[in-house]
Amino acid sequence: MLTYSLTELSGLLKSRKISSVELTQSYLDRIHQLNPAINAYISTNPEISLNQAKQADSRIAHGMSEPLTGIPVAQKDIFCAEGWTTTCGSKMLSNFISPYDAHIIEKFNQTGAVLLGRTNMDEFAMGSSNETSYFGVVHNPWDLEAVPGGSSGGSAAAVAAGMAPAATGTDTGGSIRQPAALCGITGIKPTYGLVSRFGMIAYASSLDQAGPMARTAEDCALLLNIMAGFDPRDSTSVNRQKEDYTADLNRPLTGLKVGLPKEYFTDGLNPEIAKCIEMSCDILRKEGAILHEISLPNSPIAIPAYYVLASAEASSNLERYDGVRYGYRSPSYHDLTDMYKKTRAEGFGAEVKRRIMIGTYVLSAGYYDAYYIKAQKLRRLIANDFSNAFKEIDVILGPTSPQPAFNIGERNNDPVSMYLSDIYTIAVNLAGLPGLSLPAGFSGQGRPIGIQLIGNYFNEARLLNIAHRYQQVTDWHTRRPAL
Amino acid sequence: MEWEVVIGLEVHAQLATRSKIFSGAATAYGAAPNTQACAIDIALPGVLPVLNREAVQYALRFGLAIGAKINPKSIFARKNYFYPDLPKGYQISQYELPIVAEGKLIIDTSQGEKTIRITRAHLEEDAGKSLHEDFHGKTGIDLNRAGTPLLEIVSEPDMRSAEEAVAYAKTLHTLVRYLEICDGNMQEGSFRCDANVSVRPKGQAEYGTRCEIKNLNSFRFLERAIEFETSRQIDLIESGNKIIQETRLYDSERDETRSMRSKEEANDYRYFPDPDLLPLVIDPSWIDKIHQSLPELPYAKRKRYVEKLGLTIYDASVLTTSKALANWFEATLNALEDQMKDPKLCANWIMGEVSGRLNRDSKDISECPIQPESLAQLLKRIKDGTISGNTAKEIFDTMWSGEEEPDAIIEKKGLKQISDNQALETIIEQILAGNDEQIAQYRAGKDRVLSFFVGQVMKATQGRANPAQVNEILRKKMAP
Amino acid sequence: MSLTSDDVYKIAHLARIEVNNSTDEAGKTEVSVWLDQLNSILGLIEQMQVTETENLDPMAHALDSVLRLREDEVTESDHLDAFQAIAPEVEAGLYLVPKVIE
Repeated sequence: MLTYSLTELSGLLKSRKISSVELTQSYLDRIHQLNPAINAYISTNPEISLNQAKQADSRIAHGMSEPLTGIPVAQKDIFCAEGWTTTCGSKMLSNFISPYDAHIIEKFNQTGAVLLGRTNMDEFAMGSSNETSYFGVVHNPWDLEAVPGGSSGGSAAAVAAGMAPAATGTDTGGSIRQPAALCGITGIKPTYGLVSRFGMIAYASSLDQAGPMARTAEDCALLLNIMAGFDPRDSTSVNRQKEDYTADLNRPLTGLKVGLPKEYFTDGLNPEIAKCIEMSCDILRKEGAILHEISLPNSPIAIPAYYVLASAEASSNLERYDGVRYGYRSPSYHDLTDMYKKTRAEGFGAEVKRRIMIGTYVLSAGYYDAYYIKAQKLRRLIANDFSNAFKEIDVILGPTSPQPAFNIGERNNDPVSMYLSDIYTIAVNLAGLPGLSLPAGFSGQGRPIGIQLIGNYFNEARLLNIAHRYQQVTDWHTRRPAL
Repeated sequence: MEWEVVIGLEVHAQLATRSKIFSGAATAYGAAPNTQACAIDIALPGVLPVLNREAVQYALRFGLAIGAKINPKSIFARKNYFYPDLPKGYQISQYELPIVAEGKLIIDTSQGEKTIRITRAHLEEDAGKSLHEDFHGKTGIDLNRAGTPLLEIVSEPDMRSAEEAVAYAKTLHTLVRYLEICDGNMQEGSFRCDANVSVRPKGQAEYGTRCEIKNLNSFRFLERAIEFETSRQIDLIESGNKIIQETRLYDSERDETRSMRSKEEANDYRYFPDPDLLPLVIDPSWIDKIHQSLPELPYAKRKRYVEKLGLTIYDASVLTTSKALANWFEATLNALEDQMKDPKLCANWIMGEVSGRLNRDSKDISECPIQPESLAQLLKRIKDGTISGNTAKEIFDTMWSGEEEPDAIIEKKGLKQISDNQALETIIEQILAGNDEQIAQYRAGKDRVLSFFVGQVMKATQGRANPAQVNEILRKKMAP
Repeated sequence: MSLTSDDVYKIAHLARIEVNNSTDEAGKTEVSVWLDQLNSILGLIEQMQVTETENLDPMAHALDSVLRLREDEVTESDHLDAFQAIAPEVEAGLYLVPKVIE
């Protein structure tokens, strides 16, 4: 049961071969068994989960089920869910029980999905290895010495380890795609504005986007059907016709124009990953796709521009954590300013503080134009690169991460080398495009390798279709770690 | 040396919307603490702002009323600073691109009209309130006000005296209430002024160093604070000191301004465009629609009262201080038939009797117990000679205490003026009959005797005799 | 361009983050650790400056769209109890903080 896809589970629930309570319980048991070693979850609440499962069963019994009714879904601990501690991986919110539901939590509740637990993450989604969480490092199920990637590392590890059939993530600079790649699962970051950010704790508002993480593209499509959609409570939510992302999964790839950015295939790319991409190209060619080399000339400046913009927005977004209305407050202080400073010095971890400091600096008087405005102009250049590319091609293929999972602790003392993990994912967020990572092989060490598909705005259905076709003729997504 | 004061005002007008600028929480004044602070207002993690259309509409009304430029695209920015009544750690405001720019307001001063330039008016959210009563030495925070829409109206430093500053503030106050975008209640903080004050030797082109004075919640405080601050700055310079640019608080109890130490620290607000809010784009058709719906504005109304109705500038100014008063005046005038219309008479009665009673009873014109149509009826009876002015005042008193219409009162109390020549002649003849001596004095040129007789006639008629006719008959009868 | 210790203190104050004078196992002070890390990140960021950006319009949002407005309706009710149940210190419906001096 723990290896079934969502479509299979949905069928079993609907035909009442299994109940949601049984399914939820078996996942809770699996979490109980594996979480001490993997630490994919920050919290579970079996009482709430099983209660939801019971309601789902009764709904199914009344013939009122939808595809995800009764399916347990792990929720990244960044989405506010009423009655659940929602920590964002931080000491600052370690005691924060959300009094309200995020938009996507409402959507999952409405369809009758079960909230299985809250997955671990880099603190405030700032990190690429899941080592910045206040609740401890997450271990990669394929190799417990390795990081799972980040920031949605808990979600990726949970799905890879069979501790959840599906999960949600958020992606500001690669936080869905990079851990999906490092854990050997499929994840999609939708176009900015497709999924409402209401109730999703902000890191960098103009880049943050939620998306699904699951074994297969088909499962991601089912999840995205629930998550995508207009929400008037988010001023950046796009009001457009709802799509069924499962409708075109089997569309043939004949004539599909795939672009390979030459800037992505340089010395910095691990040769094993380069090889996986080559093999993937062959598979796509066999499916009828036409491959071209393209150029995204401004790729090298994506990382610096990102760290200016994301840090600036983060420095402001995280000002609300002041110990006044909720969350952590330092136990001892001598006046108001001291309370602020101690609360924030103790409540935030080192990486969060670094980004707050950088963001504060680049916005401060005298530096704003040189850093912030400059970075916004570079963002325009990067977006222009993509729009030029999409005049010639339908989709871009490249690596998700420059390396397979690295070892825990390996990059802790060098923030800059950590930032370079996001070199292939960050530009997609700057441009606001959809990007998907899917499993495409393994390194010699047995660590998963992912490849990335980047589409034009709102081309999620096309990306899922390509990934699905790919998964019909490959079996990387069906491999399981030995646990 | 002769000094000149230079003043610019920043006015925060609370917009009279039902809900907050970025959330659906109520804005009503006086609710129990934090009961009108929703998830967005208390800045829970994950919440997002959505802009209130009405707040934008109100800003546009204001912009059009001051002949300003409406920016087709304006941007919301974050102003970052830590303060317990600012839940997000930033205030959403407009910085580089405000919705309204470059308008002007004409004010009346003792030296005549003056145009004050308005640099900009922008939308922003209000902060909460810090309550400094003693909670075991702590401060209590009420966030009900957090997120209330404000229009910050910034003038150029065009004012040269406290009197001008007050005239500007009052003109603006009248305008926002005319537009029905702000209730103008200064005690409740709906209309707040900050003044930037500097002094310079008369004739010098450069401005002096300015101080910003906060907490001016009445026109009187505005005047007092500017006067105090002007002399403080002149004294400092004359005694060889320099003015330090700073924020100062007006203390009304001591009638002085003092430095706000908490604001002294150099602030770096790190403004940047709010990534949660896209550019605000105003469709020209929206502007047209609002333009057409604008009411007649105070300045135009005043001008019309002077030019078309023949009122004095003073009367026109008083009657146009509020739209309700002007409406009342116009309703009274309109209730009179054309040949009876007497704007001056209406103005006198409204500014005299009506306003006097309202003040005495601390009432607003909207609470006036007499309807404009009833006052018009009373004035009509003066015009047609049914009653004298004095009698009218007596009737007005009766009307004020809630009784009937003027005609009914006149009828019931028998107050109708005696205008019958025959009847008056009979009465006058009787009075003259016993007073030959006085008649002789009159004929000898002692005019005062006339008023003696008028008094006698009035006494005999209980004041109901038509005074003009009495005068005429007396002169005729006593003519040598 | 490099930061100094004074810059670090200034930025930390703006961000209301305490930087204390303690030293780590290696004998480095907290401020010097900050200084090294922030300067190394700024070194990465400096790479931006080589690209020419004249005549480019700064891009603030991923999508070229305009603000949607909501109608002026009261849609929120009172959740005081739920909100204050998770607050560090409250009294009489107020959030309490150390005395604010004006």
